[in-house]
Amino acid sequence: MIVTEGLSKRYPGVTALDRLTVSIGPGVTGLVGANGAGKSTLIKLLLGLAPASEGTSLVLGKDSATEGAAIREQVGYMPEHDCLPPDVPATEFVVHMARMSGLPRAAARERTADTLRHVGLYEERYRPMGGYSTGMKQRVKLAQALVHDPRLVLLDEPTNGLDPAGRDEMLALIRRVHTDFGISVLTTSHLLGELERVSDHVVVIDGGKLLRSEPIGGFTSSTTTLAVEVTDSDLHPSGATSLHDALVTAGVTVRRDGGQLVMVEIPPGEAGERGYDTVRDTITDLGLGLIRMEQRRRRIAEVFSTRADGSPAEPPTAPTAPAAAAPAPAPAAQEGADRRAE
Amino acid sequence: MPNDQAADPAITGGAPAGGATARGDARIHNIGYRGYDGPRLGRSHARRALVEQSVRGAFGIGRSAKSKILPLLLLAIMVFPAVIMVAVSLVTNTDELPLEYTRYAVMLQPVLGLYIALAAPQMVSLDLRYRTIPLYFSRPLERTDYVAAKLTALGVAIFLFTALPLLVLYIGALLAELDAGDQTVGFLQGIAGAVVFALLHAAIALLIASLTPRRGFGVAAVIAVLTVPFFAATSLQWILHDLGNEAAVGWVGLLSPGTLMDGIQGAYLGGATDFPPGADPSAGGMGVAYLLVTFGLAALCSFLLLRRYRKEGI
Repeated sequence: MIVTEGLSKRYPGVTALDRLTVSIGPGVTGLVGANGAGKSTLIKLLLGLAPASEGTSLVLGKDSATEGAAIREQVGYMPEHDCLPPDVPATEFVVHMARMSGLPRAAARERTADTLRHVGLYEERYRPMGGYSTGMKQRVKLAQALVHDPRLVLLDEPTNGLDPAGRDEMLALIRRVHTDFGISVLTTSHLLGELERVSDHVVVIDGGKLLRSEPIGGFTSSTTTLAVEVTDSDLHPSGATSLHDALVTAGVTVRRDGGQLVMVEIPPGEAGERGYDTVRDTITDLGLGLIRMEQRRRRIAEVFSTRADGSPAEPPTAPTAPAAAAPAPAPAAQEGADRRAE
Repeated sequence: MPNDQAADPAITGGAPAGGATARGDARIHNIGYRGYDGPRLGRSHARRALVEQSVRGAFGIGRSAKSKILPLLLLAIMVFPAVIMVAVSLVTNTDELPLEYTRYAVMLQPVLGLYIALAAPQMVSLDLRYRTIPLYFSRPLERTDYVAAKLTALGVAIFLFTALPLLVLYIGALLAELDAGDQTVGFLQGIAGAVVFALLHAAIALLIASLTPRRGFGVAAVIAVLTVPFFAATSLQWILHDLGNEAAVGWVGLLSPGTLMDGIQGAYLGGATDFPPGADPSAGGMGVAYLLVTFGLAALCSFLLLRRYRKEGI
């Protein structure tokens, strides 16, 4: 779908993209990077809207530098910012955008009706967009990117400004764009956790440089951290210390986190399942009450820090947003925990 | 979400854009997502569609009722005197219209100016203000296509606005059985004037309007640019006229868009101007100067407009 080779973009005083070489196949690809990492610049270059300082990029087999118009005919783009005139109804706006993509009028109308329905906009599409909620606006923005049935859509921060429920819906919709519509997706975000849920492949860039590009498994197979907080009991005046020591004895990688938290490293795969069980059993055996147990996510910052030494950095202490939390810990562990927590 | 697709009767209505289907079979299917493999007409189609949509927008068509009021009101004011003149001609059996065709736009210049000041910002400032521009540039359209389409659209809108009353006058004149030859010549001169007028004013007004995303500022700026030089040039002409410097009067007319138009019509389209008596814009190569300045100004404004949009990214 997209192949870049040594792609660079330098503005006076700033290098927005620095010899980026990456290859992106069909499916949903997440492009992750902090603000200013070069995501928007990359999109601009891919669409042929700005010349690269050096290097080349091919989109759908066409050269961005020379065949921009042909690329843009087959690609959809959803900008990060607001782009909807408030006094126009969604249906009229999307029809217009379909025609701007080169669709004849009748086809534009038909595709608009179809697309708005698929993104979940019904009666409201006849009302001026000024009165829409953020979620509805995001849907219209997505619809205008899909209306000409592109082979690839570039979505710039599609979940920006949405509440957790809205985020979930948008992410599910993005997944459907690929699975149901057969359109490949390149979506950017500064939240890795969010992209992990919908992407087949994740590309991480920072400071215009490629940090990682690998299938989603590459990110989730790495070690996760479980934060556990337990009560104290008469037998164990410091529950956390007792748990820590017991887990060390059980051969689990574990460390204390200053206060009352015990951070347990859960290895990937089958060993991980056993890890949850060990934690549960240990707490039960000690007769401690479980106050909380939550999975700590590796965040972007952490992925960034892995590049320097090549090994996973210390997991950060802040939890990810609840909506972006990973699948709950193994049910068995949860059950055991609940029992004790009563 | 999946089951509402089946409930939507719109699915079965109309043939899919992709090609032939059995229209006789009217059962409702949950057909899910349909691709599009119909024609993609590319840049030129998009440019034409943008012109069409912008011209409609300039008259409030396809926009909210509130946005229709002003353009249509101004159009009514613009046409109204023509209707009166036709009525007078029909009733009084005169042998010519009360006003020459080329004089009409000059007489109603305030209304025209208001309309231009309204239409130009409407055409570009909304795209800038609501940041719709990136959606255009992420499509096959090039920046030049966008600028060309908007210029054409504003030109067409101004032309229609100016030519419609002339058409009313012409039809009225023919109904009143005035001399068809004279009327046709006058009408064509008026139309030619309207074309030049539209070309020049579209370029100037669009450039001004594109400099600000705020429509109010745009309206005010366009009015200022159209009126201030006009009054300045006209005043200067009269001062020079009173001083007896008749030769300079014509040259001063080059200084504002309004007097430029008047001068061109005076030199090439019938001879009448609102210039102080005695000034002859066709004398001594002055007509050529008028043409050069007019088209040069239009070209310069178009060039600056293109340059202004070259900076607009996504």
